[in-house]
Amino acid sequence: MAIGWYLSVSAIIFCIGSAGVLTHRNPLVILLCLELMLNAANLALVAFSRMWGGEDGQVFALIVMVVAACEVTVGLGLIVAIYRRRMPIDVDELNELQG
Amino acid sequence: MSAVLFFIAAIGAIAGAIGVVTLRNPFYSVLALVVHLICLAVLFLLLRAEFVAAAQVVVYAGAVMVLYVFVVAYVGGGEQMLGGAVLRVLGPLFALALAIELCIAMLGSALKGVSGKGAPYVSGFGTPAHIGTLFLTKYLFPFEVASILLLVAAVGAVVLARRRRGLEEPDEQFELRIRAPRPAYTGTMAEAAGTRIAETVPEPERVGDVSTHEGGW
Amino acid sequence: MAVTTFGWLILLCPLIGTTVIALLFKRLPGRSAGWIATTAIGLSFAFSIATLFALLSHSPDHRQFTSSLWDYDVSVGVDAKLSILVDPLSVFMALVVSGVSTLIHLYSVSYMTSDRGDSRYFAYLNYFVLSMLLLILAGNFMLLIVGWAFVGAASYLLISFWYRRTTATRAGLKAFVINVVGDVGLVLGTFFIFKHTGSVDFVKTFHEAPQVFTHNGTDITVACLLLLVGAFAKSAQVPLHTWLPDAMEGPTPVSALIHAATMVTAGVYLIARMHPLFEQSPTAADVGAIGGCLTLLIAATVGLVVTDIKRVIAYSTMSQIGYMIMGVSVGAYSAGLFHLMTHAFFKALLFMGAGSIIGAMAGNQSLDRMGGFRKALPFTFAAFVIGGLALSGLPPFSGWLSKDDIIAFLDNRGGGFLILGIAGYVGALLTAIYTFRMIFRAFFGDPVPEAVELEHGHLAHADVPTNPMTGEEEDTDVGFPGPGHFIAEREFPMKIAMGTLMILAVIAGVLQIPGVDDVVTKFLDPTFADSKFAGVEPSTGSAWLGLVIGAAIAVAGIAIAYRIWVVAPGTSTRVRERVPAVYRFLSNKWYFDELIDFLIVRPTLWFGRFTQNVLERVVISGAVTDGTTGLVRAGSAAVRRAQTGFLRYYAAVMVVCISGVALYFLISAT
Repeated sequence: MAIGWYLSVSAIIFCIGSAGVLTHRNPLVILLCLELMLNAANLALVAFSRMWGGEDGQVFALIVMVVAACEVTVGLGLIVAIYRRRMPIDVDELNELQG
Repeated sequence: MSAVLFFIAAIGAIAGAIGVVTLRNPFYSVLALVVHLICLAVLFLLLRAEFVAAAQVVVYAGAVMVLYVFVVAYVGGGEQMLGGAVLRVLGPLFALALAIELCIAMLGSALKGVSGKGAPYVSGFGTPAHIGTLFLTKYLFPFEVASILLLVAAVGAVVLARRRRGLEEPDEQFELRIRAPRPAYTGTMAEAAGTRIAETVPEPERVGDVSTHEGGW
Repeated sequence: MAVTTFGWLILLCPLIGTTVIALLFKRLPGRSAGWIATTAIGLSFAFSIATLFALLSHSPDHRQFTSSLWDYDVSVGVDAKLSILVDPLSVFMALVVSGVSTLIHLYSVSYMTSDRGDSRYFAYLNYFVLSMLLLILAGNFMLLIVGWAFVGAASYLLISFWYRRTTATRAGLKAFVINVVGDVGLVLGTFFIFKHTGSVDFVKTFHEAPQVFTHNGTDITVACLLLLVGAFAKSAQVPLHTWLPDAMEGPTPVSALIHAATMVTAGVYLIARMHPLFEQSPTAADVGAIGGCLTLLIAATVGLVVTDIKRVIAYSTMSQIGYMIMGVSVGAYSAGLFHLMTHAFFKALLFMGAGSIIGAMAGNQSLDRMGGFRKALPFTFAAFVIGGLALSGLPPFSGWLSKDDIIAFLDNRGGGFLILGIAGYVGALLTAIYTFRMIFRAFFGDPVPEAVELEHGHLAHADVPTNPMTGEEEDTDVGFPGPGHFIAEREFPMKIAMGTLMILAVIAGVLQIPGVDDVVTKFLDPTFADSKFAGVEPSTGSAWLGLVIGAAIAVAGIAIAYRIWVVAPGTSTRVRERVPAVYRFLSNKWYFDELIDFLIVRPTLWFGRFTQNVLERVVISGAVTDGTTGLVRAGSAAVRRAQTGFLRYYAAVMVVCISGVALYFLISAT
């Protein structure tokens, strides 16, 4: 298949993910949608790596996966801490970090 | 054959994505994401990225999603309401706009960098051997940095989620540490911010000194 | 030892004195501060005499010595060193200053006995003598200015010595501000001179002056006029004289030393020292002479009506300094300086007597409340009479010879200066009248209660300490002014000091009898040898004529005063009622204070308020600082509104912006 197909799939998944981030209020689901977007990027990277013939894209994708894992870890830790403080798990309520 | 597989995997991935976004129960969203990840792994295999596909399944779907499942089980979530009135409409619209742009960029003749089938296949492309070599030669520094990042994230998660003393209800407090008394106004920020009441030290009795005590500096 | 070594020693003694007292006053036992100070100045006087003899041991042509301790600012174009100039003029002044200062220190030892601030007093007094000697012995403009400024500071410190009195502090401020005006004039004058001669050293400047300046040209005239501003401010000449009567707020010995004998003569010294420059600019010299003449007349008229005894003597000082300034401006250098010396003697004597009678009056200084002290205070009476006769110019007292020396010189120069000479005679008449007005009112007539008490041997004390000027009660819990009042009859040091001055006031005249000897002129000759007026002297005959006229005028003045105040008391009241406008004009001191207030003080205050309210508050605080901060704050408040705290809002912004960027790239790629 031409690379373009893979890239469009990646684009579609990316935009679905961003739509999810913009609409949900539960931080857990937002993190899930963030994972979607990261995966879409991974797909694009691997597709280009196939196109160019070097494995650099795949290495990049692996690093992205590492970063995603770390981010999920810390994010979920935050959510657990919020839950423990008995604060609402709702990004619209958690808005104290403002100007 | 690969085309058919591609379409199946692609449709599966997109369906999973839509499932993540639209399902109400966060637990079901997690399961949808697992489906999505597996389909993505198939796509990686189609692109001859064997190691990445394996890592995707083992690390992503296997570890990260399991972590997610645990947290969702702990935190729960129940019925999810979608966001505020404005963004409920506008959000998908923005995303749609972005999608259209990207597709135009991709499929239009504007982008010259996207060429047909791809480079000729080199044997060993995508194998752990090649990836490993790259990691240890050309991308050594990112490799090390990534490991430090993992360490930091692990420490951070532990710090964030541990039980913090002094901020829980009094019946959960563990009265083990020594509370060294400090004289009043010898200032910690906590005292200034009001989260800690200063304890005044009683003045040691000075024999023979009858001068009036003048507090403060 | 070399002449200049003695010169440095003259300066060293008061320096040590003031330092010791100032630093160690807590450890000094009892009242020893006064004796230390007196000893220091006494030693200084001894060294002055030694310098005199050392100087005399050289031939008259070689009596100018400079010595420099170190370079102060010797660099491109400037050559300021710490140097002194020892020549007849400076030795003469140093003798007068240190001699009279010793006697006044002795007097002060008794006068300040019960005052808790006496260590401070003696430290200041020694500091003053140091500054005056520094001024006199300075060998270049820089050190002169330093001494000049120090003297002003010492004057301020001593006038407002009893600083709990508002009148005293205000008087000190007034004196200092007017002195600063003079300082500015002096410094600017120095700059003008330096600009042309390129040197601040006296010897070099005077050598260069004839070559560099055109005779009566603008540059030298401006420079000399600026120097005159300085001299007038320091010597309390019109129009910079308003500080001197107010300066009587200080203790009486201070008035005696600073405002009679020494500091106010600094202006005379300045003109005498700068005589090569003044002779190059006759215009400036004429201005000086006219200023001196006006002052002597104005001050004499005011002295006729003031009722505070110290202020009568103050106006008399102003008037006599007018004579001296007139003298040195027109070229009568030795005459002017001779009058300076005799005036130091009898004026200090008069002030000391005033201190004594004020002590008898329990602090009150008003002539209206004094009377008939002749029997109660015989010694003080004698002091006043001798001082008064010397001041009025009765033969054979010293004031007669010195004052008429000046006037004779003026008459000799002729032309317009004759008018100044006649004005001098008029002034002499007025001098005699107001001096004896003071004496007759204080010592003749019916004894007032304080005098009666004193005749029975009991010194009066006031129930509550009051401010002599305003009469308001004041708080002396701080320890000063001290509760004790001292009169000469009971205090031995006072008697010694006054006695010495009495003798000097009588006999000092023998130094310069026309036709017989002219010790002062001959002594000062080396300094003034380069003057145009070096040989110009009135002939013996005309000098004696002038002396006879002077004597006649003095006798006439005393007779008039006797008539008005002793024979027919009440005459003065009748005269006053006849010309109330004149009386008001005179008793308001010719309205100079009001004039200066209107011309200078009010506009300055207005300007200050204006800058505060408009410039400071509106422009700088308001527009510049508050405006800038306001702008920044408004800007940041506007920007801050983008930080809402809503996560999804941020995400939406990011998505929109990324779409925008992508769109841009898309479009630019086509």
